[in-house]
Amino acid sequence: MSETLPILKIGDTLLVALQGDLDDAAVVRIEEQLTQEVARVHAAGVLIDVSGLTVVDSFIARVLARVVAMIRLLGAQTVVVGISPAVAITLVELGVPMGHLDTALNAEQGLALLRRLRAAADHGSDR
Amino acid sequence: MTAGLAHPAVRTVEIATEADLIRVRQALRAASEQAGLGLVDSTKLITAGSELTRNILTYATGGRGTLSVEQVRALGRNGVRGTFTDSGPGIPDVDAALTDGFSTGGSLGLGLPGSRRLVDELTVATSPSGTTVTVVKWGR
Repeated sequence: MSETLPILKIGDTLLVALQGDLDDAAVVRIEEQLTQEVARVHAAGVLIDVSGLTVVDSFIARVLARVVAMIRLLGAQTVVVGISPAVAITLVELGVPMGHLDTALNAEQGLALLRRLRAAADHGSDR
Repeated sequence: MTAGLAHPAVRTVEIATEADLIRVRQALRAASEQAGLGLVDSTKLITAGSELTRNILTYATGGRGTLSVEQVRALGRNGVRGTFTDSGPGIPDVDAALTDGFSTGGSLGLGLPGSRRLVDELTVATSPSGTTVTVVKWGR
């Protein structure tokens, strides 16, 4: 996957859908690209859809957690959506800690969660 | 593995760069489909294979190894066996390496213990001249 990652911007929210079978270099490239895009467009929220990923192993999961932390440092909130039941079962059995990520079942619920997170952040009570 | 002739279903993947992660996952996915593994079981097997491949890339000499994938059948069940072989320095303490949180490579140390939880069988044969990790996932 050498092409650039398509990132949609709707209002002040970025939407990105990860797809296919990613090698480590592609995952790291996505991390950089997404972080830079958040800063460039002053995004307030990011929705990362992982439903198109065939596998989420410990490396991909760790990079996901890392990019969420980076985006938080830039002042934006991130919600990860589309973790399939098979991937959820696998990640928990593998022992990858993902509990601190904000996740939702699908994009619609993810956007609703982003709104709630941002409202909480605006009230100065960022969890 | 003696011969691809006797076992035409044996698939071999050379592991040398991290781009081979994708070939490993593809080989395991194809074998899972052939064996009729369900989505959860095949996802677990492919993820375990991904972790074990990364182990080889991190620890083996020159980061090189081989994966052999084959169909297995026992007690009326179909399954997939993956054999990961490298000629690295071996694992000094296998019991420790199978324990959560143990890592000498600066990772989370999930490789072997995490993979073991994802498959039905995981065996390690190691010596100073190399390591073979064999995993089996059975259909239900």
